[in-house]
Amino acid sequence: MKRRMGLRIVWAVLAGAAADLAGLGLIAAAAWLITRAAEQPELAALSVAIVATRAFATSRGVFRYAERLTGHDVALRAQAETRERLYGALIPPQQPRHGGADLLSRMVDDTEAVQDLLVRVLLPATAALITGAAAVVIALTLAPFAALVLLAGLVVAGVLLPVGTAAAARRWSARLAPARAALAERVADLVHGSADLAAYGAGERALAKAMEADAELAALERRQSRVHAASLGVGTLVQGLTVAGIVLAARAAGADTVATAVLALTALVSFEPVLPLAAAGERMAGITAALRRLREVRSASPAVTEPQAPAAPPEGPVTVQVDDLVVRHAPGAPPAVDGISFTLEPGKRVALVGPSGAGKSTVLAALMRLLEPECGSVRVNGVNTAELDSGQVRTLMTGLTQDPYIFRTTLRDNLRLAGPEATDDDLARAVRDARLDQWVSRTGWDAELGEDGRTVSGGQLQRLSLARALLYDPQVLLLDEPAEALDEETADALMADLLDVTHDRTTLLVTHRLKGLEQVDEIIVMEHGRAIQRGTHDDLLAVPGYYRDLWQSEALTRR
Amino acid sequence: MHKDLLRLMRAEQSVRRHLAVTLAAATLAGLLVLVQAELLAGVLSGRFTLAALGVLALVVGLRALLGWSQGVFAGRTATGVKSALRERLLGRLQEMGPARLAGHRSGELVTLAGRGLDRLDPYLAGYLPAMAVAAVVPLAVLIRLFAGDLASAVIVLVTLPLIPIFGALVGMHTKATTERQFHALARLGGHFLDVVRGLPTLRAFGRARHQATVIQQVADAHRGATMRTLRVAFLSSLVLELCASLSLALVAVPIGLRLLGGNLDLTTALLVLLLAPEAYLPLRMMGTRFHASMEGVAAADAAFAVLDDAAVDDAAVDEEVKAAPAAAQRERGEGPPEIRLENVTVRYPGREDAALEDVSLVIAPGERVALVGESGGGKSTLLHLLLGFVSPASGRVLVGGRPPDTPDELAFVPQRPHLFATSVADNIRLGAPDATLPEVRQAAKAAHADAFVEALPDGYDTVVGERGANFSAGQRQRIALARAFCRPDATVLLLDEPTARLDGRSEAAVVEATATLAEGRTAVIVAHRPAMIDLADRVIRIHAGRVLSDTRRDATTAAGSGDDLREIR
Repeated sequence: MKRRMGLRIVWAVLAGAAADLAGLGLIAAAAWLITRAAEQPELAALSVAIVATRAFATSRGVFRYAERLTGHDVALRAQAETRERLYGALIPPQQPRHGGADLLSRMVDDTEAVQDLLVRVLLPATAALITGAAAVVIALTLAPFAALVLLAGLVVAGVLLPVGTAAAARRWSARLAPARAALAERVADLVHGSADLAAYGAGERALAKAMEADAELAALERRQSRVHAASLGVGTLVQGLTVAGIVLAARAAGADTVATAVLALTALVSFEPVLPLAAAGERMAGITAALRRLREVRSASPAVTEPQAPAAPPEGPVTVQVDDLVVRHAPGAPPAVDGISFTLEPGKRVALVGPSGAGKSTVLAALMRLLEPECGSVRVNGVNTAELDSGQVRTLMTGLTQDPYIFRTTLRDNLRLAGPEATDDDLARAVRDARLDQWVSRTGWDAELGEDGRTVSGGQLQRLSLARALLYDPQVLLLDEPAEALDEETADALMADLLDVTHDRTTLLVTHRLKGLEQVDEIIVMEHGRAIQRGTHDDLLAVPGYYRDLWQSEALTRR
Repeated sequence: MHKDLLRLMRAEQSVRRHLAVTLAAATLAGLLVLVQAELLAGVLSGRFTLAALGVLALVVGLRALLGWSQGVFAGRTATGVKSALRERLLGRLQEMGPARLAGHRSGELVTLAGRGLDRLDPYLAGYLPAMAVAAVVPLAVLIRLFAGDLASAVIVLVTLPLIPIFGALVGMHTKATTERQFHALARLGGHFLDVVRGLPTLRAFGRARHQATVIQQVADAHRGATMRTLRVAFLSSLVLELCASLSLALVAVPIGLRLLGGNLDLTTALLVLLLAPEAYLPLRMMGTRFHASMEGVAAADAAFAVLDDAAVDDAAVDEEVKAAPAAAQRERGEGPPEIRLENVTVRYPGREDAALEDVSLVIAPGERVALVGESGGGKSTLLHLLLGFVSPASGRVLVGGRPPDTPDELAFVPQRPHLFATSVADNIRLGAPDATLPEVRQAAKAAHADAFVEALPDGYDTVVGERGANFSAGQRQRIALARAFCRPDATVLLLDEPTARLDGRSEAAVVEATATLAEGRTAVIVAHRPAMIDLADRVIRIHAGRVLSDTRRDATTAAGSGDDLREIR
């Protein structure tokens, strides 16, 4: 695989160099033809040059075509490989990163940098190097001192200038990035904070601030464009002066008209592949930054350590025992879960309730071995889950997780990912149990679900995720806020169906809505990572506290 | 040319000037190539002495200078256009107001007005100058060739149009194929992002590893499809390249033969050789720049779509405003106002059911009203009416005898207050930019926000992180309350579920602060929790856009827990 990739790169480089060399040959042959013809030799003396001129003219286009095709093929392959490696690095659960969805898109964009690196930098630079070397060799055979002048000019335009622009671009992007971020912040303030701004009549001021940030960014961009402009100017200058210098050197060395003309025109054309390298240098700053970010992602350590020799997975009905679990999202941060203990008996249902940020979802993540607890343990039939393969733990305990995702594929495939071997009957049952059958019969099994599940309403999304969880049918069913982001009526209906279908299943339900919880076996009220109340619905309603408060307010807002 | 963009550039004087300099510098530099060729041909043929090389160096220096100024002014043009477009875009968003903004995907708007406009750079700084050069330089080269050598000029004249013709032909042929495949390409390209985003879900069902092979397959399919498109798309560049290099051969070989016969002088021959490629180059350059600028054109389209969309909406609102009855001016400084809704109906575009239907209400000065009912019933719409964010389709709304228009006498605490990327102090003085620090502190104290703000590393100068990420929901809510306290002149208080999603302790602090804030003001509070409802002396239940019940609470029931409401109709 690697060797064949290397071979493909060589072909792309060769095609590019061949196209540039054909251009060089074309002008050299034409210059020789014309100046030699002016000396009026026999026609036969020109025939080689005539054939060469035509051959180079034809082959240049063909080589260029081949270069572009092979170059893009190589670049796409390289990008695919980068993505595979990135994906491989992302498979083990990792510490949640700051930035979320934006960060993911940027990471995916970053993989395009590899493509840019090949197509815009490495391949053209190699082709330019070969062409430049060929031009210098041609010059050496005609007038050695002129060759030195050409070499100097090419080095300035092809090495020093790109290195300079790369350094400048690095410096400028370091200054531009915070200015861009500041502008993005101001714009986000204007859009996301529009209600606050309108209510307090502060819109004009916020707009002025955004435009201030824009002016700052524009000033920086203008200064950056001066660097780009200077590189353009210097490139033109070096090319022109080199040609003039070569003519001077060739004449001083006593070269004839033919040699001088060939030298001058070859030199002029040899700069064509070299001058764009300054722009490639500018692009390098972005490419190296993207590659660095990708390296960081790949070298990030996974959130949980896998055991050297995983214990055998427990057999039969499982009892989950959580003992004094403490989880911190970062060292030094306050604990997200602060000493929770509970037991999930087979066939029993436990609900975790409490305000957002109380640590309910963190408990689920710890159960699924998506993060490493600071202390305490989760045991399945007495076996500590830390001793099991984390993937194995998730085959035992999983379900409807936080932020369930709908993939851009058919409804059937979206369900099937939870049961690749499931029969159509299995799928139909899961859909029926999640009370999604009517919707499915309306949209059809082969309906493509839109980007980010946009064609799916919030209620359908949660039900689809529930259907997935039911299809997967884990030993312990975990349900994280199944009624999140739903309106009251939909939420009530979903919760009712859900409590109905989970009857006699070992279930851990995380919710902030209390309606229907009289059906579960134990309710644990969490706040600040601790269990502040626990018991059955009736127990908790009998005493003053968070649960009764919330129950009353729920009752009050109901019709 | 992008018509809307052109109009924008014409309207901005400085942009117009910078663009003119850019185009002039680009064109002039292109024309100087003719002079350079003339000099080089003369020196090489021996017609000019070597001293002409000095002039050549001068010309080169001038070209470099022009190239530099082209770059500098292109940069100015680009930043000028982007700033102008950004200002209009943000101004429009501002005019649209929160209610209509909610209909757009806010994330996309933020990206468009920020990074999205940067995609215009290749169009403005690359394509436009290339177009100017392509319009002038080939013509000048042709004229010079005609003056020098008729035969060569004719060859160039005949082959030159082949570039745009072949470009267009190949373009037309590939367009259908490309467009057909573009959709598929976009889907395949998006697949990776899709999978990465859904990774937690895949992990939950043990499918993460399996998906790696799918990624590989999709990447292969993607590459195959892309290469099929490119094989055709690059044909156009093959044709252009062939046109240019073959014409050079077509010109050079006859010239050589005529030189052999002594029918042509060497200087002209060399000049033709040097100039002929310069006739094709600008056209090819324009083609390349055009492809590079396509993303920018898409960004411009998106921006103008928002501007035009908003313009249409505005027209509708203007009519509404005109239709609204003229109201009496309310005199200021006479205590809390009365709020009156007369047969108000509110409809949102694209929705069949009215958000509020024929609602009439009178809220007495100084009264504290709790709005209750299920979400989506119309409570927030009622608040937005009083804030002037939405206008009634029929009926009228009067606050203190006049229609609401983001008035100064208002203090508003939304359900999810936005914290701005500035200091905590500036966040609190949002509605009162001239408030002094002691006043800000006092407001924070009244809102029970002083303790946690003072515990921050920089106190009131602490800069709020990305959308208030470094504050809990309760803390954000209390900063929003402090905003309200920082407007001591406000006579109307509007709160939208201020204690939703708060834990018990935060709720108590917010309720207490709200009670203080509501004193001596007309207060309308959308409430869910009993503690908040207990504050009110009147509870209005709204369902499906209508007032379902209107309950006045006396001192005895007000002390209860809120579930023993006595209904009066």
